[in-house]
Amino acid sequence: MGDWIERLEKLRSHRAAPWMGIALIVVTLMILPFALASVGTAWVRITNLAILFALLSLGLNIVVGFAGLLDLGYIAFYAVGAYCYALLASPHFGLHLPFWIILPIGAAVACVFGVLLGAPTLKLRGDYLAIVTLGFGEIVRVFLNNLSQPVNITNGPQGVTLIDPFRIGKIDFSRTDNLLGLAFSGPIKYYYLLLVVLVVAIVINLRLQNSRLGRAWVAIREDEIAAQAMGINTRNVKLLAFAMGASFGGVAGGIFAATQGFISPESFVFVESIMVLSMVVLGGMGNVWGVILGAILLSFVPEILRYTVEPAQKALFGRLLIEPEVIRMLLFGLALVLMMLYRPAGLWPSKRRKREFSEADHS
Amino acid sequence: MQTAQLLEIRNIEKRFGGLTALADVSLTIKRNEIYGLIGPNGAGKTTLFNVLTGLYVPDRGEFEFDGASLVGLKPYRVAESGIARTFQNIRLFGNMTAMENVMVGRHVRTHAGAIGAILRTRRTRDEEAAIRSRSGELLGYVGIGQLAGALSRNLSYGDQRRLEIARALATEPKLLALDEPAAGMNATETAELRRLLVKIRDDGVTILLIEHDVKLVMGLCDRVAVLDYGRKIAEGEPARVQKDPEVVRAYLGGALP
Repeated sequence: MGDWIERLEKLRSHRAAPWMGIALIVVTLMILPFALASVGTAWVRITNLAILFALLSLGLNIVVGFAGLLDLGYIAFYAVGAYCYALLASPHFGLHLPFWIILPIGAAVACVFGVLLGAPTLKLRGDYLAIVTLGFGEIVRVFLNNLSQPVNITNGPQGVTLIDPFRIGKIDFSRTDNLLGLAFSGPIKYYYLLLVVLVVAIVINLRLQNSRLGRAWVAIREDEIAAQAMGINTRNVKLLAFAMGASFGGVAGGIFAATQGFISPESFVFVESIMVLSMVVLGGMGNVWGVILGAILLSFVPEILRYTVEPAQKALFGRLLIEPEVIRMLLFGLALVLMMLYRPAGLWPSKRRKREFSEADHS
Repeated sequence: MQTAQLLEIRNIEKRFGGLTALADVSLTIKRNEIYGLIGPNGAGKTTLFNVLTGLYVPDRGEFEFDGASLVGLKPYRVAESGIARTFQNIRLFGNMTAMENVMVGRHVRTHAGAIGAILRTRRTRDEEAAIRSRSGELLGYVGIGQLAGALSRNLSYGDQRRLEIARALATEPKLLALDEPAAGMNATETAELRRLLVKIRDDGVTILLIEHDVKLVMGLCDRVAVLDYGRKIAEGEPARVQKDPEVVRAYLGGALP
């Protein structure tokens, strides 16, 4: 036993250890979809959704985690991105632009919406900001629901159908291709694409965090008046946080629309905003890795429950006593309460957040 | 063209409801002097600071700083134009390290934006390195170089005051406005602070000082102004102002025989 630990320590301290670790992670991520597909294609889709939520969480992390602006309507940007894609690549308007044109458009439009939300709320903080952002999220959804008259733009509650999948050259993301004896199904292709986007998003997040702008965001969160006195244009810097955060939502929304092939306003309800915020808070506000952990946990645990609770009840009692959905919400609530009690800074907090909460303990 | 005066405050008035915090205050600060602003509690000293740095908009009057009007400018524009301040109740970024606090001060003199940060261009990296090295220098300059990695809220009171000065200096001010920097300091710390302020002035930064420690003000300042109930009741060399009957009355109350 001691021999093992010694060997492990030796391995850890090896010069190449970090590279080996990274290689291991990369290989695992490469094999993962095929392993999941052998269990069921549904799991690949669930993983894709988890990555989308990780993207959303990273975007919200900029607004909430870095700049400290509580946003309860973040899903609106996801909706904006999704509708951008749906309207520009579906029979609805007869437009079929390629995705690499639409995604930047979606990101840009989401940016504009971010500024639209940010501009009137610059002087608000905390609860007041939360209320306004909540309202903003609802307004966007209500608009999507009702913009079918007098001119049919969004097709109202019926949503937009037959949305184009991604196409890169001859590779169609809705069909299965065989390559080297492996079956690359649609979800698997999206998985790899999402992985690339996620890596880009992580790099952007990390670089912003350790930049002049990242410091300005933290400074505003810590003390807005002192930040102003140090020459930080708090208005622009806050708007930038909103815009950058929103653009992540816009891109994620576009990919979401393509993977689903169908979207309606129902996908962008208030609970989804809360879900993304929970991922950020549960994982660890301000820490990129914590936020991703939160997104993965909150995406997977409910699905695992869905697939285990029902059979387990049937096996134990012979019938379904409690709906999986009910149990899911119960556990979700319980998890949040426990978190706030025992790990208020999140499962994997940033160093700074940890300090903030330890300060609260001591004073 | 450089005039001898750096800051000219003309007929500033600031009211909060029925209370007149500043009534017709005018004063002129010359380049490269240490100018003291004293007065009893509630005399309007901090209000004048807040008006000067853009936190409050004055009801009347104007300032001219280095040849340009500052009235109505947002605080960040004031900092940009070359006035840096510290706060009476220290306002550091508590959960940032001493180094990071000073690095925030460099914000106004640097330019890297979101795109530069994301692409991590050569220019951004160079600028970041310059920010870091300059901030390290400034920490050494105020005498807390060894505390660069410490959280600012864990620093001792005196060191926090120094850090606030370093952060203000990072903005490359022409005028450094200090709001009671010696408050809560012991005699040794005050003496060190005094040496530091003289050094800063000798390096070409004009200093505006609010201070309760009359001994410090009298020994350090080239000129002082005394505020009482929002009015300037005296101005001039410390030794003369000290003997001004009006000043004595403001501080001790009532008329002396």
